Amino acid sequence: MCGIVGLYLKNPDLQPRLGELFAPMLTEMSDRGPDSAGFAIYRNPVEGGRTKFTLASNSPDEEWKALDADLEKALNCDVQVQVISDHAVLITDADADLVHDWLAENRPDIRIVGSGKSIEIFKQTGLPKDVVERFDLRHAAGSHAIGHTRMATESAVTTEGSHPFATGLDLCLVHNGSLSNHNRLRRELERKGMVFQTENDTEVAAGFLTWKLREGANLRQAVAAGIEELDGFYTFCIGTNDGFAVVRDPIACKHAVMAETDDWVAMATEYRAIANLPGADSARIWEPGPGEIFVWGGGA
Amino acid sequence: MGRGRLTMPELDVREIGVRGVNKALMALDDSTNDRNWVVRSPQGQHSIACGLTAPIDVVIKGHVGFYCAGMNQQANVTIEGHAGVGVGENMMSGRVHVTGNASESAGATAHGGLLVIEGDASSRCGISMKGVDIVVGGSVGHMSAFMAQSGHLVVCGDAGDALGDSIYEAVLFVRGKVESLGADCIEKEMRPEHLAKLAELLQAAGIEAAPSEFRRYGSARKLYNFDIDNVGAY
Repeated sequence: MCGIVGLYLKNPDLQPRLGELFAPMLTEMSDRGPDSAGFAIYRNPVEGGRTKFTLASNSPDEEWKALDADLEKALNCDVQVQVISDHAVLITDADADLVHDWLAENRPDIRIVGSGKSIEIFKQTGLPKDVVERFDLRHAAGSHAIGHTRMATESAVTTEGSHPFATGLDLCLVHNGSLSNHNRLRRELERKGMVFQTENDTEVAAGFLTWKLREGANLRQAVAAGIEELDGFYTFCIGTNDGFAVVRDPIACKHAVMAETDDWVAMATEYRAIANLPGADSARIWEPGPGEIFVWGGGA
Repeated sequence: MGRGRLTMPELDVREIGVRGVNKALMALDDSTNDRNWVVRSPQGQHSIACGLTAPIDVVIKGHVGFYCAGMNQQANVTIEGHAGVGVGENMMSGRVHVTGNASESAGATAHGGLLVIEGDASSRCGISMKGVDIVVGGSVGHMSAFMAQSGHLVVCGDAGDALGDSIYEAVLFVRGKVESLGADCIEKEMRPEHLAKLAELLQAAGIEAAPSEFRRYGSARKLYNFDIDNVGAY
């Protein structure tokens, strides 16, 4: 059992309030997932040629020290690091693959939790309200956000196993359910050059969609291909740089509800997470049907 | 009991929580003079107005979460909004009425009473129903009336895949298209007594539809007694 939530702002005037609107959605799902929580927020896109990484470390005091200077020196590039609790957002004009390789070699304890132009990902064990507090979600501005509260049922409660999962290109994904063919798919995707950080089934779904986007699919096409290839129970909420998508498996095993007004689109495992958004009472509210794909933005 | 009130008693979920609301409603018995209750600010919370036993009217102003009015006995609960998973599950008697749509498993395992959903119901509507009557103004999702044992399911719109899979003795009436019938569920002849029952149910639900436009579905009775020739269907 887990809770997932997503909020996509259609009205740009609301962007300064994204965190304030989204944080209560996440904490309302605490009963469904008290073990860990995480969220991705899309904000402050970097200019062309630059990449934004979100990094996490179990020993942040040591790892963030001189990270910018060391990386600048090694790759002869410009680096800015902003530390947020035990995560850090790193922006650089260096080649993204070279940064990957340098981090793996020189700071092996640092995990890359997300990368792209605008995505930032924060996830941690503990109650959702504490995670919200730690990363100051309430004051975050942005265009859209997706989040997850986890009740661990089959693997350890760790930050690495927390959602969202991101595999590059600003794509990230939260998942309520479980996949049954992720090991085979992971091997196939690894042969195509995708790199995975965990044994988690959800990371494979994120990797599959990233691979599809890389191959030239738009978000809707990538999700449609996912329905064909991913076997299992799922409701997914997916974010990309400029897109937001929701899909349920073809027998709709896992709960999901959506609501839309002129100002926003929201999805959640349960309606109570949406109930306090402005205008929720008069929003168009519906349950996504089995295998139905919903996309906003993302070249759909 | 004391004299009746001039205004309806109101309970606010935001102020006293779901437990506060349910405690107030469950404390009532058949002799209460407070027959009409309003519940405000449901905010999609779960288990509102569950386990009621008194013959009271309860109107919930807004969308509710899971299991609303579950286990109901005698009470007449109206949800002015949409309902989450399992509305009216295991109700025994009384009436539960949703003015909007209902999520999955509406009326699951319910033994009696009337469940009315003016809009659509999602998948598994009436799953394992055991005597309840369910009238849906719109359509129902896949696997509706799965293992339905008795009672009636009336669908004024369409039905999704595998309607009535492994059905026992429940009676299904559908006006629109049936995506597919589940194992051992077949179309049956609509006889005068079925038309009369359907008219009675539609009238009780307050939904206007001509009984002659419906088709009846029920059990072929091939599956629930084990037969080696059917082994492939189990």
